Amino acid sequence: MAVIRRRRSPQLFSSRPAGALRTLLLIAVSIMLMVYDHQSSGLQRIHATLATLVYPVQAAVNVPHAFLVWAEDKFTTHVALVQENGTLKERVQIADTQLQQLAALEQENLRLRALLQATARVPGRISMAELMASDLDPFRHLVVINKGSNDNVYNGQTVLDENGIVGQVARADPFQSEVTLITDPSQAIQVEVNRTGLRTLAVGTADLEQLSLPYITNDSDIKSGDLLVASGLGGRYPAGYPVGTITKFERNPTEPFANVTAHTAADLSHGRQVLLYWPPAPMPEVSVVKKDTAPAPLPRKNSGKKKKP
Amino acid sequence: MRDLSPPRSAWIIAVTYLAALILTIWPLPHWAEIFRPIWVPMVTVYWCLWLPHRVGVITAFIAGLLVDALTGTLLGEHALAVVLVAWTALWLHLQVRVFPWWQQCFVVLCIMLLYSFVLFWVDGMLGYTVGAALRWTPVVISALLWPWVQQLLTRVQHRYQVS
Repeated sequence: MAVIRRRRSPQLFSSRPAGALRTLLLIAVSIMLMVYDHQSSGLQRIHATLATLVYPVQAAVNVPHAFLVWAEDKFTTHVALVQENGTLKERVQIADTQLQQLAALEQENLRLRALLQATARVPGRISMAELMASDLDPFRHLVVINKGSNDNVYNGQTVLDENGIVGQVARADPFQSEVTLITDPSQAIQVEVNRTGLRTLAVGTADLEQLSLPYITNDSDIKSGDLLVASGLGGRYPAGYPVGTITKFERNPTEPFANVTAHTAADLSHGRQVLLYWPPAPMPEVSVVKKDTAPAPLPRKNSGKKKKP
Repeated sequence: MRDLSPPRSAWIIAVTYLAALILTIWPLPHWAEIFRPIWVPMVTVYWCLWLPHRVGVITAFIAGLLVDALTGTLLGEHALAVVLVAWTALWLHLQVRVFPWWQQCFVVLCIMLLYSFVLFWVDGMLGYTVGAALRWTPVVISALLWPWVQQLLTRVQHRYQVS
Protein backbone atom coordinates (compact mmCIF):
# COMPACT_ATOMS: atom_id res chain seq x y z
CA MET A 1 0.00 0.00 0.00
CA ALA A 2 2.82 2.29 0.84
CA VAL A 3 4.30 1.59 -2.57
CA ILE A 4 1.12 2.64 -4.39
CA ARG A 5 0.93 5.84 -2.39
CA ARG A 6 4.53 6.57 -3.02
CA ARG A 7 3.98 6.52 -6.74
CA ARG A 8 1.04 8.93 -6.58
CA SER A 9 2.56 11.40 -4.21
CA PRO A 10 3.16 14.94 -5.48
CA GLN A 11 6.52 16.60 -5.69
CA LEU A 12 5.81 19.24 -3.07
CA PHE A 13 6.76 16.99 -0.18
CA SER A 14 9.48 14.41 -0.08
CA SER A 15 8.47 11.32 -1.98
CA ARG A 16 11.10 8.92 -0.69
CA PRO A 17 11.34 8.40 3.06
CA ALA A 18 14.67 9.38 4.59
CA GLY A 19 16.60 10.49 1.56
CA ALA A 20 20.06 10.53 3.11
CA LEU A 21 21.51 12.90 0.52
CA ARG A 22 18.70 15.39 0.94
CA THR A 23 19.01 15.26 4.73
CA LEU A 24 22.74 15.85 4.58
CA LEU A 25 22.20 18.73 2.18
CA LEU A 26 19.64 20.36 4.48
CA ILE A 27 21.91 19.90 7.50
CA ALA A 28 24.73 21.56 5.59
CA VAL A 29 22.42 24.41 4.55
CA SER A 30 21.28 24.92 8.17
CA ILE A 31 24.84 25.04 9.45
CA MET A 32 25.90 27.46 6.73
CA LEU A 33 22.90 29.67 7.48
CA MET A 34 23.80 29.69 11.18
CA VAL A 35 27.45 30.52 10.59
CA TYR A 36 26.63 33.23 8.06
CA ASP A 37 23.87 34.69 10.23
CA HIS A 38 26.16 34.76 13.25
CA GLN A 39 29.08 36.42 11.52
CA SER A 40 27.45 39.02 9.34
CA SER A 41 24.16 40.77 8.90
CA GLY A 42 23.90 39.76 5.27
CA LEU A 43 20.74 37.74 5.81
CA GLN A 44 18.60 40.82 6.46
CA ARG A 45 16.37 40.10 3.44
CA ILE A 46 15.69 36.49 4.49
CA HIS A 47 15.02 37.62 8.05
CA ALA A 48 12.59 40.25 6.79
CA THR A 49 10.80 37.77 4.52
CA LEU A 50 10.47 35.17 7.27
CA ALA A 51 9.31 37.80 9.76
CA THR A 52 6.59 38.84 7.33
CA LEU A 53 5.63 35.18 6.84
CA VAL A 54 5.21 34.51 10.56
CA TYR A 55 3.47 37.84 11.22
CA PRO A 56 -0.01 36.19 11.05
CA VAL A 57 1.05 33.72 13.77
CA GLN A 58 2.11 36.55 16.06
CA ALA A 59 -1.08 38.41 15.26
CA ALA A 60 -3.14 35.30 16.10
CA VAL A 61 -1.37 34.96 19.45
CA ASN A 62 -2.18 38.58 20.17
CA VAL A 63 -5.91 38.24 19.49
CA PRO A 64 -7.01 37.19 23.02
CA HIS A 65 -5.13 40.05 24.63
CA ALA A 66 -6.46 42.55 22.10
CA PHE A 67 -9.96 41.27 22.81
CA LEU A 68 -9.48 41.64 26.58
CA VAL A 69 -8.28 45.21 26.13
CA TRP A 70 -11.20 45.97 23.86
CA ALA A 71 -13.67 44.44 26.34
CA GLU A 72 -12.11 46.38 29.21
CA ASP A 73 -12.45 49.60 27.23
CA LYS A 74 -16.07 48.81 26.41
CA PHE A 75 -17.18 47.87 29.88
CA THR A 76 -15.31 50.29 32.09
CA THR A 77 -17.89 51.80 34.38
CA HIS A 78 -18.61 55.48 34.67
CA VAL A 79 -17.51 55.56 38.32
CA ALA A 80 -14.18 53.98 37.50
CA LEU A 81 -13.63 56.45 34.69
CA VAL A 82 -14.40 59.43 36.92
CA GLN A 83 -12.05 58.07 39.56
CA GLU A 84 -9.29 57.48 37.06
CA ASN A 85 -9.82 60.94 35.61
CA GLY A 86 -9.45 62.42 39.08
CA THR A 87 -6.18 60.65 39.84
CA LEU A 88 -4.80 61.48 36.41
CA LYS A 89 -5.63 65.17 36.85
CA GLU A 90 -3.88 65.12 40.19
CA ARG A 91 -0.81 63.55 38.67
CA VAL A 92 -0.74 66.06 35.83
CA GLN A 93 -0.90 68.89 38.34
CA ILE A 94 2.01 67.50 40.32
CA ALA A 95 3.99 66.86 37.15
CA ASP A 96 3.27 70.39 35.91
CA THR A 97 4.51 71.91 39.14
CA GLN A 98 7.70 69.93 38.85
CA LEU A 99 8.01 70.93 35.20
CA GLN A 100 7.94 74.65 36.05
CA GLN A 101 11.05 74.14 38.04
CA LEU A 102 12.53 71.97 35.33
CA ALA A 103 12.14 74.69 32.69
CA ALA A 104 14.03 77.14 34.90
CA LEU A 105 16.71 74.54 35.62
CA GLU A 106 17.05 73.69 31.97
CA GLN A 107 17.62 77.34 31.08
CA GLU A 108 20.15 77.64 33.85
CA ASN A 109 21.92 74.51 32.70
CA LEU A 110 22.02 75.83 29.13
CA ARG A 111 23.51 79.14 30.27
CA LEU A 112 26.11 77.37 32.36
CA ARG A 113 27.00 75.04 29.52
CA ALA A 114 27.25 78.01 27.19
CA LEU A 115 29.60 79.65 29.68
CA LEU A 116 31.68 76.52 29.78
CA GLN A 117 31.51 76.29 25.98
CA ALA A 118 30.15 72.79 26.27
CA THR A 119 27.69 71.31 23.83
CA ALA A 120 24.09 71.45 24.93
CA ARG A 121 22.19 68.39 25.94
CA VAL A 122 19.31 68.18 23.54
CA PRO A 123 16.32 65.98 24.17
CA GLY A 124 15.83 63.31 21.54
CA ARG A 125 12.64 62.37 19.79
CA ILE A 126 10.46 59.69 21.31
CA SER A 127 7.68 57.60 19.88
CA MET A 128 5.55 54.85 21.38
CA ALA A 129 5.48 51.22 20.28
CA GLU A 130 3.50 48.22 21.45
CA LEU A 131 4.89 44.82 22.38
CA MET A 132 3.68 42.14 20.01
CA ALA A 133 5.39 39.16 21.56
CA SER A 134 7.60 38.50 24.49
CA ASP A 135 9.34 35.53 26.11
CA LEU A 136 9.84 34.01 22.71
CA ASP A 137 12.82 31.97 23.68
CA PRO A 138 13.39 31.63 27.41
CA PHE A 139 17.15 31.70 26.91
CA ARG A 140 17.17 35.05 25.20
CA HIS A 141 15.54 38.16 26.44
CA LEU A 142 13.97 39.35 23.25
CA VAL A 143 10.68 41.08 22.61
CA VAL A 144 9.02 42.03 19.35
CA ILE A 145 7.55 45.50 18.93
CA ASN A 146 5.11 46.66 16.30
CA LYS A 147 7.26 49.34 14.67
CA GLY A 148 9.89 48.58 12.08
CA SER A 149 12.20 50.14 9.56
CA ASN A 150 9.17 51.66 7.82
CA ASP A 151 8.78 53.81 10.95
CA ASN A 152 12.48 54.75 10.86
CA VAL A 153 13.46 52.22 13.50
CA TYR A 154 17.11 51.28 13.05
CA ASN A 155 19.44 48.60 14.38
CA GLY A 156 20.93 49.53 17.72
CA GLN A 157 18.25 52.06 18.57
CA THR A 158 17.54 52.62 22.27
CA VAL A 159 14.23 51.44 23.67
CA LEU A 160 12.91 52.97 26.91
CA ASP A 161 9.86 52.75 29.06
CA GLU A 162 8.51 55.39 31.40
CA ASN A 163 10.93 54.30 34.14
CA GLY A 164 14.19 53.71 32.34
CA ILE A 165 16.12 51.87 29.67
CA VAL A 166 14.59 48.67 28.31
CA GLY A 167 17.11 47.59 25.70
CA GLN A 168 18.16 48.10 22.12
CA VAL A 169 16.79 47.14 18.74
CA ALA A 170 18.55 43.98 17.62
CA ARG A 171 16.99 43.87 14.18
CA ALA A 172 14.53 46.17 12.47
CA ASP A 173 12.29 44.40 9.97
CA PRO A 174 9.89 46.40 7.79
CA PHE A 175 6.86 46.12 10.07
CA GLN A 176 8.30 45.02 13.39
CA SER A 177 11.55 44.93 15.28
CA GLU A 178 13.24 42.63 17.69
CA VAL A 179 14.45 44.27 20.87
CA THR A 180 17.16 42.76 23.06
CA LEU A 181 16.51 43.61 26.71
CA ILE A 182 19.34 44.84 28.92
CA THR A 183 18.89 41.70 31.05
CA ASP A 184 19.86 39.43 28.16
CA PRO A 185 23.05 37.58 29.11
CA SER A 186 24.83 38.91 26.02
CA GLN A 187 24.22 42.56 26.88
CA ALA A 188 26.33 45.02 28.79
CA ILE A 189 25.55 48.68 29.32
CA GLN A 190 27.84 51.49 30.42
CA VAL A 191 26.43 53.03 33.57
CA GLU A 192 27.44 55.50 36.19
CA VAL A 193 26.39 55.65 39.81
CA ASN A 194 24.34 58.81 40.06
CA ARG A 195 25.48 59.70 43.59
CA THR A 196 29.21 59.34 43.10
CA GLY A 197 29.75 59.39 39.35
CA LEU A 198 31.54 56.04 39.45
CA ARG A 199 31.53 54.52 35.96
CA THR A 200 31.15 50.79 35.43
CA LEU A 201 29.40 48.13 33.37
CA ALA A 202 26.05 46.51 34.09
CA VAL A 203 25.69 43.06 32.57
CA GLY A 204 22.51 41.08 31.90
CA THR A 205 21.86 38.07 34.11
CA ALA A 206 19.02 36.24 32.30
CA ASP A 207 16.78 37.27 35.20
CA LEU A 208 14.20 39.80 34.00
CA GLU A 209 14.67 42.04 37.02
CA GLN A 210 18.37 41.80 37.75
CA LEU A 211 21.58 43.21 36.42
CA SER A 212 24.98 42.29 37.67
CA LEU A 213 27.89 44.71 38.08
CA PRO A 214 30.94 42.46 37.96
CA TYR A 215 33.65 45.13 37.82
CA ILE A 216 33.22 47.04 41.07
CA THR A 217 36.17 46.91 43.41
CA ASN A 218 35.78 46.06 47.05
CA ASP A 219 36.69 49.56 48.22
CA SER A 220 34.14 51.37 46.04
CA ASP A 221 31.66 53.75 47.61
CA ILE A 222 28.38 52.07 46.78
CA LYS A 223 25.26 51.62 48.85
CA SER A 224 22.18 49.61 48.22
CA GLY A 225 19.59 52.01 46.82
CA ASP A 226 22.03 53.96 44.66
CA LEU A 227 20.64 54.93 41.27
CA LEU A 228 22.45 53.78 38.14
CA VAL A 229 22.06 55.91 35.02
CA ALA A 230 23.37 55.30 31.52
CA SER A 231 26.66 57.11 31.07
CA GLY A 232 26.33 57.35 27.30
CA LEU A 233 30.01 56.59 26.90
CA GLY A 234 29.43 53.43 24.92
CA GLY A 235 27.85 55.52 22.22
CA ARG A 236 24.81 53.30 22.08
CA TYR A 237 22.52 54.39 24.91
CA PRO A 238 21.71 58.05 25.63
CA ALA A 239 23.25 59.45 28.80
CA GLY A 240 21.20 60.16 31.89
CA TYR A 241 18.40 57.65 31.54
CA PRO A 242 17.94 55.41 34.61
CA VAL A 243 19.11 51.82 34.29
CA GLY A 244 18.53 50.43 37.77
CA THR A 245 19.06 50.69 41.49
CA ILE A 246 21.66 48.80 43.51
CA THR A 247 20.06 46.05 45.56
CA LYS A 248 23.07 44.23 46.92
CA PHE A 249 26.67 45.19 47.59
CA GLU A 250 28.72 42.43 49.18
CA ARG A 251 32.42 42.88 49.73
CA ASN A 252 34.30 39.81 48.71
CA PRO A 253 37.74 39.88 50.35
CA THR A 254 39.02 36.83 48.51
CA GLU A 255 38.32 38.29 45.09
CA PRO A 256 39.35 41.53 43.42
CA PHE A 257 35.75 42.56 42.73
CA ALA A 258 32.72 42.88 44.97
CA ASN A 259 29.46 41.06 44.47
CA VAL A 260 27.01 43.71 43.23
CA THR A 261 23.55 43.35 41.76
CA ALA A 262 21.00 45.91 40.69
CA HIS A 263 17.27 45.90 40.08
CA THR A 264 16.27 47.18 36.64
CA ALA A 265 14.54 50.55 36.58
CA ALA A 266 12.36 49.64 33.64
CA ASP A 267 9.60 47.15 34.26
CA LEU A 268 10.67 44.44 31.85
CA SER A 269 8.27 41.69 32.84
CA HIS A 270 5.05 43.72 32.71
CA GLY A 271 3.71 46.45 30.51
CA ARG A 272 2.80 46.45 26.87
CA GLN A 273 4.12 49.82 25.75
CA VAL A 274 7.68 50.89 25.18
CA LEU A 275 9.19 54.10 23.85
CA LEU A 276 11.59 54.32 20.94
CA TYR A 277 14.29 56.97 21.25
CA TRP A 278 15.86 58.86 18.37
CA PRO A 279 18.93 60.84 19.33
CA PRO A 280 18.86 64.53 18.44
CA ALA A 281 20.72 65.89 15.48
CA PRO A 282 24.28 66.68 16.52
CA MET A 283 24.45 70.41 17.18
CA PRO A 284 27.64 72.26 16.34
CA GLU A 285 27.07 75.10 18.79
CA VAL A 286 24.83 76.01 21.67
CA SER A 287 21.62 77.48 20.43
CA VAL A 288 18.00 77.71 21.41
CA VAL A 289 16.59 74.29 22.14
CA LYS A 290 13.24 73.32 20.79
CA LYS A 291 11.48 70.14 21.70
CA ASP A 292 10.05 67.95 18.98
CA THR A 293 11.73 69.49 16.00
CA ALA A 294 11.96 67.72 12.68
CA PRO A 295 12.65 63.99 12.79
CA ALA A 296 16.21 63.40 13.77
CA PRO A 297 18.46 61.90 11.11
CA LEU A 298 19.10 58.28 11.70
CA PRO A 299 22.70 57.37 12.31
CA ARG A 300 23.32 53.97 10.80
CA LYS A 301 25.44 51.94 13.07
CA ASN A 302 26.61 48.47 12.51
CA SER A 303 24.31 45.99 14.12
CA GLY A 304 26.70 44.31 16.50
CA LYS A 305 24.74 43.36 19.58
CA LYS A 306 27.54 43.48 22.12
CA LYS A 307 28.74 46.79 23.22
CA LYS A 308 31.38 45.82 25.70
CA PRO A 309 34.35 48.10 25.31
CA MET B 1 -12.74 12.55 -5.01
CA ARG B 2 -9.50 10.75 -4.31
CA ASP B 3 -7.76 12.98 -6.82
CA LEU B 4 -8.63 15.98 -4.70
CA SER B 5 -6.99 14.58 -1.63
CA PRO B 6 -3.30 15.57 -2.04
CA PRO B 7 -3.71 19.36 -1.95
CA ARG B 8 -6.26 19.11 0.85
CA SER B 9 -3.94 16.86 2.82
CA ALA B 10 -1.19 19.43 2.46
CA TRP B 11 -3.56 22.05 3.82
CA ILE B 12 -4.48 19.95 6.87
CA ILE B 13 -0.81 19.27 7.58
CA ALA B 14 -0.07 22.97 7.23
CA VAL B 15 -2.86 23.76 9.71
CA THR B 16 -1.41 21.36 12.30
CA TYR B 17 1.95 23.06 11.88
CA LEU B 18 0.32 26.46 12.23
CA ALA B 19 -1.27 25.34 15.50
CA ALA B 20 2.11 24.07 16.71
CA LEU B 21 3.74 27.42 15.86
CA ILE B 22 1.02 29.35 17.69
CA LEU B 23 1.40 27.12 20.76
CA THR B 24 5.17 27.61 20.62
CA ILE B 25 4.92 31.34 21.25
CA TRP B 26 1.64 31.42 23.21
CA PRO B 27 2.32 33.67 26.22
CA LEU B 28 2.57 31.67 29.44
CA PRO B 29 3.20 32.85 32.99
CA HIS B 30 6.84 32.70 33.95
CA TRP B 31 6.57 29.64 36.20
CA ALA B 32 4.69 27.66 33.52
CA GLU B 33 7.34 28.28 30.89
CA ILE B 34 9.27 25.11 31.73
CA PHE B 35 6.16 22.97 31.19
CA ARG B 36 5.66 24.05 27.60
CA PRO B 37 5.95 20.99 25.33
CA ILE B 38 8.09 21.25 22.20
CA TRP B 39 5.24 21.32 19.74
CA VAL B 40 6.83 21.60 16.30
CA PRO B 41 9.07 18.49 16.63
CA MET B 42 6.13 16.55 18.07
CA VAL B 43 3.95 17.32 15.04
CA THR B 44 6.92 16.55 12.80
CA VAL B 45 7.43 13.17 14.48
CA TYR B 46 3.77 12.27 14.05
CA TRP B 47 3.59 13.10 10.34
CA CYS B 48 6.96 11.49 9.64
CA LEU B 49 5.86 8.28 11.36
CA TRP B 50 2.47 8.02 9.71
CA LEU B 51 2.84 9.87 6.42
CA PRO B 52 6.52 9.47 5.56
CA HIS B 53 5.80 9.86 1.83
CA ARG B 54 4.28 13.29 2.39
CA VAL B 55 6.13 14.94 5.23
CA GLY B 56 9.87 14.71 5.22
CA VAL B 57 13.02 16.61 5.92
CA ILE B 58 12.12 19.48 3.59
CA THR B 59 8.85 20.21 5.40
CA ALA B 60 10.76 19.91 8.67
CA PHE B 61 13.39 22.36 7.44
CA ILE B 62 10.76 24.95 6.49
CA ALA B 63 8.98 24.52 9.83
CA GLY B 64 12.29 24.90 11.65
CA LEU B 65 13.08 28.12 9.78
CA LEU B 66 9.67 29.49 10.77
CA VAL B 67 10.41 28.64 14.42
CA ASP B 68 13.72 30.47 14.07
CA ALA B 69 11.93 33.52 12.72
CA LEU B 70 9.32 33.36 15.50
CA THR B 71 11.69 32.93 18.40
CA GLY B 72 14.46 35.19 17.18
CA THR B 73 17.20 32.59 17.23
CA LEU B 74 19.93 32.23 14.63
CA LEU B 75 18.53 31.27 11.24
CA GLY B 76 19.03 27.55 10.84
CA GLU B 77 19.29 26.61 14.51
CA HIS B 78 15.83 25.12 14.92
CA ALA B 79 15.85 24.12 11.26
CA LEU B 80 18.85 21.86 11.90
CA ALA B 81 17.25 20.37 15.02
CA VAL B 82 13.89 19.68 13.35
CA VAL B 83 15.55 18.18 10.28
CA LEU B 84 17.40 15.73 12.52
CA VAL B 85 14.14 14.92 14.32
CA ALA B 86 12.40 14.27 11.00
CA TRP B 87 15.24 12.14 9.72
CA THR B 88 15.28 9.99 12.88
CA ALA B 89 11.52 9.55 12.74
CA LEU B 90 11.64 8.58 9.07
CA TRP B 91 14.43 6.14 9.75
CA LEU B 92 12.48 4.43 12.55
CA HIS B 93 8.96 4.84 11.24
CA LEU B 94 8.24 1.19 10.36
CA GLN B 95 9.29 -0.03 13.80
CA VAL B 96 7.79 2.73 15.91
CA ARG B 97 4.34 2.53 14.28
CA VAL B 98 3.74 -0.92 15.77
CA PHE B 99 5.24 -0.18 19.19
CA PRO B 100 2.92 -0.07 22.21
CA TRP B 101 2.31 3.41 23.55
CA TRP B 102 4.91 3.31 26.30
CA GLN B 103 7.64 2.28 23.90
CA GLN B 104 6.55 5.07 21.56
CA CYS B 105 6.87 7.48 24.48
CA PHE B 106 10.41 6.28 25.02
CA VAL B 107 11.32 6.77 21.37
CA VAL B 108 9.80 10.27 21.45
CA LEU B 109 11.81 10.99 24.58
CA CYS B 110 15.01 10.03 22.76
CA ILE B 111 14.11 12.09 19.69
CA MET B 112 13.28 15.14 21.82
CA LEU B 113 16.55 14.70 23.69
CA LEU B 114 18.34 14.81 20.34
CA TYR B 115 16.42 17.98 19.44
CA SER B 116 17.18 19.70 22.72
CA PHE B 117 20.77 18.62 22.59
CA VAL B 118 21.29 20.23 19.19
CA LEU B 119 19.82 23.49 20.51
CA PHE B 120 21.86 23.18 23.70
CA TRP B 121 25.00 22.66 21.65
CA VAL B 122 24.42 25.60 19.30
CA ASP B 123 23.37 27.88 22.18
CA GLY B 124 26.44 26.79 24.10
CA MET B 125 28.68 27.83 21.23
CA LEU B 126 26.97 31.22 21.17
CA GLY B 127 27.39 31.64 24.92
CA TYR B 128 23.78 31.08 26.01
CA THR B 129 24.10 28.57 28.80
CA VAL B 130 21.32 29.12 31.31
CA GLY B 131 18.53 27.15 32.91
CA ALA B 132 18.93 23.37 32.92
CA ALA B 133 15.28 22.98 33.97
CA LEU B 134 14.09 25.15 31.09
CA ARG B 135 16.13 23.11 28.68
CA TRP B 136 15.28 19.56 29.72
CA THR B 137 11.85 19.59 31.40
CA PRO B 138 10.01 20.21 28.10
CA VAL B 139 11.67 17.06 26.72
CA VAL B 140 10.07 14.92 29.45
CA ILE B 141 6.76 16.77 29.22
CA SER B 142 6.63 16.20 25.46
CA ALA B 143 7.32 12.49 25.85
CA LEU B 144 4.63 12.15 28.54
CA LEU B 145 2.15 14.05 26.39
CA TRP B 146 2.88 11.97 23.30
CA PRO B 147 -0.05 9.46 23.62
CA TRP B 148 -2.58 12.32 23.68
CA VAL B 149 -0.94 14.26 20.86
CA GLN B 150 -0.76 11.07 18.84
CA GLN B 151 -4.46 10.32 19.48
CA LEU B 152 -5.47 13.85 18.57
CA LEU B 153 -3.49 13.91 15.34
CA THR B 154 -4.76 10.42 14.42
CA ARG B 155 -8.32 11.73 14.82
CA VAL B 156 -7.50 14.73 12.64
CA GLN B 157 -5.90 12.48 10.07
CA HIS B 158 -8.87 10.11 9.91
CA ARG B 159 -11.51 12.83 10.09
CA TYR B 160 -10.07 14.70 7.11
CA GLN B 161 -8.72 11.58 5.38
CA VAL B 162 -5.22 12.95 5.17
CA SER B 163 -3.18 10.50 3.20
